[in-house]
Formats: sequence, structure tokens, C-alpha cells
Amino acid sequence: MSKLKAICLSTVASSAIVLAIPASADTLRLLTWGGYAPEEVIAKFEAETGHTVEVTTSNNEQMIAKLRATGGGGFDLAQPSQDRIAGPQAEFGIYKPIDMSKIDTSLFIPSMLEATQGNTTVDGAVYGVPHVWGTSGLVLDTKMAASVKDYTDLCSDDVAGKVSYRLKRPTLIGFAFAMGLDPFAAYGDEAAYSEVMAQVEAKLTDCKPNVKTYWGGGDELIGLVRSGEVVASMAWDAGGWQLNADNPDINFVAPASGALGWIDTFALPAKGRADDAAYDWINFVMRPDIAAMITEASSYFTASQGADEFVNEAQKAQFQASFPQEAIDNIKWYPPVPAGLEAIEGGVLDRVKAAN
Amino acid sequence: MRAEAKLGFILLLSPLVVWLSLLILIPHIDMLLVSLRERVGVGEYRISLANYLTFINEPLYLRTFIRTAMMSILATTITLLIAFPVSYYIAKIARGRVQSALFLLCLVPFWVSELVRTFGWMILLRETGIISNLLQALGLVDGPVELLYNDAAIMVGLVYTSMLFMVVPLVTTLESLPDEVIEAGYDLGGNGISVLREIIIPHATPGIVSGCIVVFMLSLGNYLTPIMLGGKDSLWFTELIYSQFIVRFNWELGAAFGFLLLGLSSFIVWGMLKLTGQSLEKTMG
Repeated sequence: MSKLKAICLSTVASSAIVLAIPASADTLRLLTWGGYAPEEVIAKFEAETGHTVEVTTSNNEQMIAKLRATGGGGFDLAQPSQDRIAGPQAEFGIYKPIDMSKIDTSLFIPSMLEATQGNTTVDGAVYGVPHVWGTSGLVLDTKMAASVKDYTDLCSDDVAGKVSYRLKRPTLIGFAFAMGLDPFAAYGDEAAYSEVMAQVEAKLTDCKPNVKTYWGGGDELIGLVRSGEVVASMAWDAGGWQLNADNPDINFVAPASGALGWIDTFALPAKGRADDAAYDWINFVMRPDIAAMITEASSYFTASQGADEFVNEAQKAQFQASFPQEAIDNIKWYPPVPAGLEAIEGGVLDRVKAAN
Repeated sequence: MRAEAKLGFILLLSPLVVWLSLLILIPHIDMLLVSLRERVGVGEYRISLANYLTFINEPLYLRTFIRTAMMSILATTITLLIAFPVSYYIAKIARGRVQSALFLLCLVPFWVSELVRTFGWMILLRETGIISNLLQALGLVDGPVELLYNDAAIMVGLVYTSMLFMVVPLVTTLESLPDEVIEAGYDLGGNGISVLREIIIPHATPGIVSGCIVVFMLSLGNYLTPIMLGGKDSLWFTELIYSQFIVRFNWELGAAFGFLLLGLSSFIVWGMLKLTGQSLEKTMG
């Protein structure tokens, strides 16, 4: 009996010790994109603050799906794109408002912070602050696909069979702009948006014989372009710059109709348990020197004020080659996606995939 | 005494009941309820059959549904045609170490994950892949050939992935067939074909049916192989379910699709059992 008692006591004692670990050293469960939390940044953060970081990499849709399944639990900090926060928040309530007083706003580029706050406000509360931004446009093998200037050129005979793009919403939006339509203006009107999407659907169906395959993940695309099986693709700028480092012929080109700009944010899941660690992480990675480390690891640029000074020359040169000033001015930033549009787009994407 | 036996029975049964109810029954009931509601506004739902009507009214979904079923049946047939001679050789002709070595060879590919196996096929079949380069080196073709991203590639992947699940039940049933019975068939004037038709196949039917059921289910529910090998034309019903749940946030339609797939597979298995005059107890027991 006394033995049992001892076991009980020791169990209670050990669990008390576990519980008594000071709240200042939390485990931060981070739901993010590949490349946004490099090893050396995590090591430095853990050394400075005592928190530990567990990283799960994902994408926009999976982030929302994961948080929706648990009602906003399982993670302490998520990084959805700024246009994908307001809709899911209104629909599923998976985030909690950000306490701006805990964030060092001087670390952010003011225009980006303001734009992100505006786009992620639901019922007067702010749900997102900016972290990483980038664009999608064209990745081209300039020797083989010099004729491609815009998304619609992917359908020309010059590059038949050597084209790839994603069957996801950025492709629909990009093609709509290249066809002279304005999908963002039609966001608020489901009928008008369906009309725009119907035209894009016809174009993509015509274009299908040109396509080698629809790529799914960044690594798949890089494999296709590196092997030369694909010479022109719709892709993210960072992917293009990574390929450019290996093969100077390949580079990211902003399409004539404008690259599509996205900003990935920090958002707090509704049932996150380590908010302090989350705020610490935000304030840590937005420091210019740390932000530059992330840029170096992933080729993505951040919304950190003054990080440019720390970024190496090669990456600056790549950026300037792809983005002359007029291309930067021509970037089309995604406005928040109203709930319900995904269903229209989904039908279009399914039908394009099924077309022969 | 009686009460004790009853208690024992309950205790023995409880893990099974917990397993079935927690992992199968409750999720399915929840799915059914989700599939029966319709989104009318932000966070507002009402009960309706709208999701099932969407399936009926959109020809694409029906076509994908039928295509998936047809391709799975074809994959099952091809697997059976390849696996039957292989199993017969392993069970009846090979002896001793050769027998176990051959059986092991069927098993070895399954030590690596399905993802790696499928990726192996991609390396072989792609335009800059091994087969394409080999054909060019032999001078059989002029330029690179693309063997990936079509229905044939999906079929190859499906058959390869499910081969073992056909071979194992076939070997087991064929091994239980005494050699004397086959010899007697020949002694009574039968030839190869009539012995196969009158003796071997009837004896192996339970194995054939259970192998077919497993392979068919695996093909129908496969997600990875059609996506990776099928490329732009890979339309598979599981992919539709995945995209409704994960990409479109439309759990309602996804759940309805899930139930339709469950119904389809149950129906085809039932049809297969009726057609061959087998019962589930006989094949699985």
C-alpha cells in the first residue's frame, strides 16, 4: 500500500513539476509555409527567449482546413495570406484578434502594415499583421520561350507541350487580367464574377493541350523546369530566383498585365495556448537582421522595415532584374476574398481539369 | 457462473465495440449529417438534399464517378490476369526455397511507402526519364517520348500498387488445392483448359473474389497514384472529395461525395458477390 502511495505521490509531484515550468518558456506551435522559419532563425530565437518552436509547413487551404477542423486549436501562430483571413474568420471564427500593443509596429513597413490591417479587419478587430510578401508571375527559360510575355502567351504554339501552371485560383485571376478582364472589380458581384470565370474557363480549356501537367507543389515545378521538360510556367517569384541561381537562362518575369501580389501574415488561432510566445516570435522575426536571414534562406522578401540593408547583393540584383519600377507599380495586390467565390472557382477548376 | 461468462463476453467485446463506434460509426454519422446540410449564408446552415442534387445536376461529377469505377474495375481485371499465373506458379509449381523467394519478391516492393513506389514510376516514365532515354539510345525513337500523365500510366501504377493484395489470397487458396485432384482431372481425359475451368478456377473462386474486392477497394480509394501519374488528365473521385474538403472548404459537398463513393463501392462489391454466387462469409472467412 505504501508503495502505491509513493507511486501516486511521485506522479503527482512530477506532473506538478511539469506544470510549474514558468509560463515565459512556452512551446510555440507554428503553422507556416516552407522556408518561412529557417533552422538558424529558430535556433537563435530559442537561445534568446527560451521558448521552443515546433514548425508545421502547409499552404493556405490546408491551414484553413486544419484550423477549421479543430475550431482554431492545435497551433499557436498561423501564417495565412492576407486575402484569406476575413472570409474564413467571418465564416468559421478560427482566429482571435491581435493585440497591437504587444507588437512593435516600428519594425514593419508602414504601408504594408496598414494595408494588411485594413484587409484583415472583421467587426472592428484586426486579425493579421504582414510578414512575407511576393508575387506570382511567369518563370521562363528565356532561350526557349522568349515569345512569352503574358499568361495568355502560355497558350501559343511556340511553347506547345512545354507549359505548366497550377490549377488554383491565382491562375484564374492571372488569366483574367491577361485577357483584359478585371476579376477584382467583380469580387463583390457573384453574377459578374461567374461571367468573368466563364470566359477564363473557355480560355483554359482551349489552352489545355499546351499544358504538360498542372504542378501541385513548388518542388514539383522546380523539377519540371530544371529538367527542361517545361520552359514556361506560371509560378512564384522566389521559385524563379532559386532556378536562376542554378541556370542563368531561367528567370522570373513579371507578366505584361501585372504580377499578382500576395502578403502572408501572422494570425493567432482562436484556441492558441502560447500567445506570448507568438508575439515574441513576431517581434523577433521582424527585426531587420532576422528578416534578412529569412530572405536569404527562402528568396522571399519580408515586410520588415530596413531589412533590405542586410540582404545580399545577389538577391537584390535578381529582384531588380525581375522588377523594374513600372513592374512594381503594376503589381496587383489581392483584395480579401468574399466567402462564396471559392465555390464558383471550384466548379471552373473541376471542369477545366475534366476537359479533354 | 452465467453472469461471469456474460461479463467476460462484454469485456472481450468492448474493444471491438469501442473501435467500431469511435472510428467508424460516429464519424460516418457526423459525415452524413454534414452532407445533409446546405450553406445559406455566413455561418448559417439548413437541412436539405442540395449537395446530392449538385452531384446529379453537374455532369462532370457523374462522369468522374463512372470513370473512377470503370478504371478501378479494369485495374482489378488486369491485376487478376497477371496475378493468377504468378500465384499458380508460386503455389503449385515452385518448390521449397524458390517458392518462398518468389513470394518474398512480391512482398519486397511493399517495404517502401506508396509515395516512393509511385515516384519510382515517375522517374521511369517521364520525358527525361530512363525508358525515354533508353529508347533514344537504341535508336527506336527520334526525340524524347512522354509516357507519363495519361490513363495508361495511372493503370500501370494501380496494378503495380495492388498486385500483392491479389497474389496473397490466390496463393493461399491455390495451396489448399491437392495436387492429386489436378492429376485426377488429367487422368479422366481433361486437357489444360478444361482442368483450369472445371477444377482450378472453381476451387480458387473464394480467393479470386476476396482478392478482387480488396484490389477494387484500394484502386477506388487510391489518391496518390492517379494524381502523381495522371497529371493534367487525372480525374479521380477521391481527388474531388479532397479538393472539396481542403481547397474549397465545402465540407458539405465533400461529405456527400464521400457517401456516394461508399454507396458505389458497396454496390459494386455486392454485385460482384451476386454474380459469382459467393457470399461475404465464404470469401472472407
